[in-house]
Amino acid sequence: MSDKFISIEGIAKRYPGAGGATTTIFENLWLSMTRGEFACVIGHSGCGKTTVLNILAGLDAPSEGAVIVDGQAISGTSLDRAVIFQSHALLPWRTVLGNVAYAVSSKWRNWDRAKVRAHAQTFIDLVGLSGSEHKRPSELSGGMKQRVGIARALSITPKMMLMDEPFSALDALTRGTLQDEVRRICLETGQTAFMITHDVDEAIYLADKIFLMTNGPGAVLAEVVENPLPRDRGRTDLHRHPLYYALRNHIIDFLVTRSKTFVAETPGHDPRNVPVVQIGKPGLSIAAGSDEPRQTWMPGTSPGLSA
Amino acid sequence: MTSSLRLRAGLVSIVLLAAFLGIWHIATRSTGATTTMSPEYAKLMGLTATQGKSAMPGPLDVGAKLWEHLKRPFYDNGPNDKGLGIQLAYSIARVGTGYLLAVLVAIPLGFLIGMSPLLSKALDPFIQVLKPISPLAWMPLALYTIKDSSVSAIFVIFICSIWPMLLNTVFGVASVRKEWINVARTLEVGTIRRAFTVILPAAAPTILTGMRISIGIAWLVIVAAEMLVGGTGIGYFVWNEWNNLSITNVIIAILLIGVIGMLLDQILARFTRMVTFPE
Ligand SMILES: Nc1ncnc2c1ncn2[C@@H]1O[C@H](COP(=O)(O)OP(=O)(O)OP(=O)(O)O)[C@@H](O)[C@H]1O
Ligand SMILES: [Mg+2]
Repeated sequence: MSDKFISIEGIAKRYPGAGGATTTIFENLWLSMTRGEFACVIGHSGCGKTTVLNILAGLDAPSEGAVIVDGQAISGTSLDRAVIFQSHALLPWRTVLGNVAYAVSSKWRNWDRAKVRAHAQTFIDLVGLSGSEHKRPSELSGGMKQRVGIARALSITPKMMLMDEPFSALDALTRGTLQDEVRRICLETGQTAFMITHDVDEAIYLADKIFLMTNGPGAVLAEVVENPLPRDRGRTDLHRHPLYYALRNHIIDFLVTRSKTFVAETPGHDPRNVPVVQIGKPGLSIAAGSDEPRQTWMPGTSPGLSA
Repeated sequence: MTSSLRLRAGLVSIVLLAAFLGIWHIATRSTGATTTMSPEYAKLMGLTATQGKSAMPGPLDVGAKLWEHLKRPFYDNGPNDKGLGIQLAYSIARVGTGYLLAVLVAIPLGFLIGMSPLLSKALDPFIQVLKPISPLAWMPLALYTIKDSSVSAIFVIFICSIWPMLLNTVFGVASVRKEWINVARTLEVGTIRRAFTVILPAAAPTILTGMRISIGIAWLVIVAAEMLVGGTGIGYFVWNEWNNLSITNVIIAILLIGVIGMLLDQILARFTRMVTFPE
């Protein structure tokens, strides 16, 4: 499987529950991504998205299974996998420059101060924060803080970025600008990105692949939806694409009804071989697992009322 | 608005002070009837009986005496007659030494306990038992083992200031926001560097709050400790002047103890503000 940059292989997460029983958040979860791919995970609150991301980051260990990145099973965190935290997690006693420089000097321990600063400054400029280098996080707006988080993650030139609802606390306008920036940066630098979101339009705009998770406990990865929209899509004219509503309706239908009933209604669901949904495109599809590709075809329905 | 509030509060403070001094003055004014007695007997009885003077000094007596002290803070006429400056310096030096020793022990130990759940559980019973012991209860044991009254006083300061610092350090270190720790972990920062670059700055406000509580307690305890061990220091001064029946000097000492305590507290409060960053 040389095309798999990231491969999550049969991981499970269990917590000890009340009275000696164990609660299984999810089990036998398989998922893979190729290099340079942008994936979004959508699922209801509590289904285990953050847990999956933390396991990918190495902040949390799975109860079973393994995560293979670039051909090697991970053990713990790595500077190759940068995390953008939902709550930005900036160190309040450091300035903007100090926060980014902390990451830079952690990666390149033998660099001198000037070199660290110059490197950090490049990434501060990249996210459009030039002029605010010497402010502390408390003097920044929510959007600016999130930008610092992005600059910090990018400054260590990771192989992949893990984002846990990075924009959920922002207003629509700031969120839009930051989505544009993250998309531009990821395309330019060829980042592999894994993002959790609750915003369907955000997923449609950013993702190449959308992972749909059912409700927990005992959540499963139900489908991998491939994004049929062209790579050079723009955020503002997304909805003009003929397949946009079909895609959006499919995801929303899943969230509204199928996420609850999926496990009961699909007894033959094979977690190693999750169906790949290709909206409006009948033909060959590659399943997430290896054995036998299954395909699902969604006809491109005409744009209608959406939820 | 705030400046006018401050101004008005200042005015009220001055009025209250003036009222207090006024009442004090009236209450201690010479009013008592004087009795006629033989001069020899009068000498024995003192001013209270002979001139109707109250035994309690008035604000003017205290003011005059304070001025005298302030003019010559560092005179030294032998063991029982030293300037107030010297006495205070002895007390501050004892508090400073004991307190600094406590800082050196409490903060690294608190770090270890806060970072290790095992140590935290293992040492908890000891801390729980030792913490509520009055620092002065240690005094006989200290005098017996150390055999030096001055060092014993320092030990008592050490033992009383260690607990708030230790407990606050443990708490501050153990409750550093998980995201900050995770930031360090994703950056593969080693344990030592993490302790200094993330945990210490994050816990600093809590640690300094503990240090502020400690300095307050140390200053409370030093007076009592010096009354017990004697020799030098502001606590001894208070006790000595009480034995001399010089209430004026006792009042002056009380006043100075309050002022120094306030200054120590303000210094720590300033440090706390310096390391506190809003998120
Ligand atoms: N330490 C823990 N002990 C027990 N259960 C836990 C623990 N941490 C998380 N869980 C459970 O694991 C489940 C998944 O949590 P997770 O944070 O991954 O959800 P999520 O999908 O990210 O939700 P959200 O969208 O609200 O962020 C939740 O039901 C939660 O109750
Ligand atoms: Mg979450």
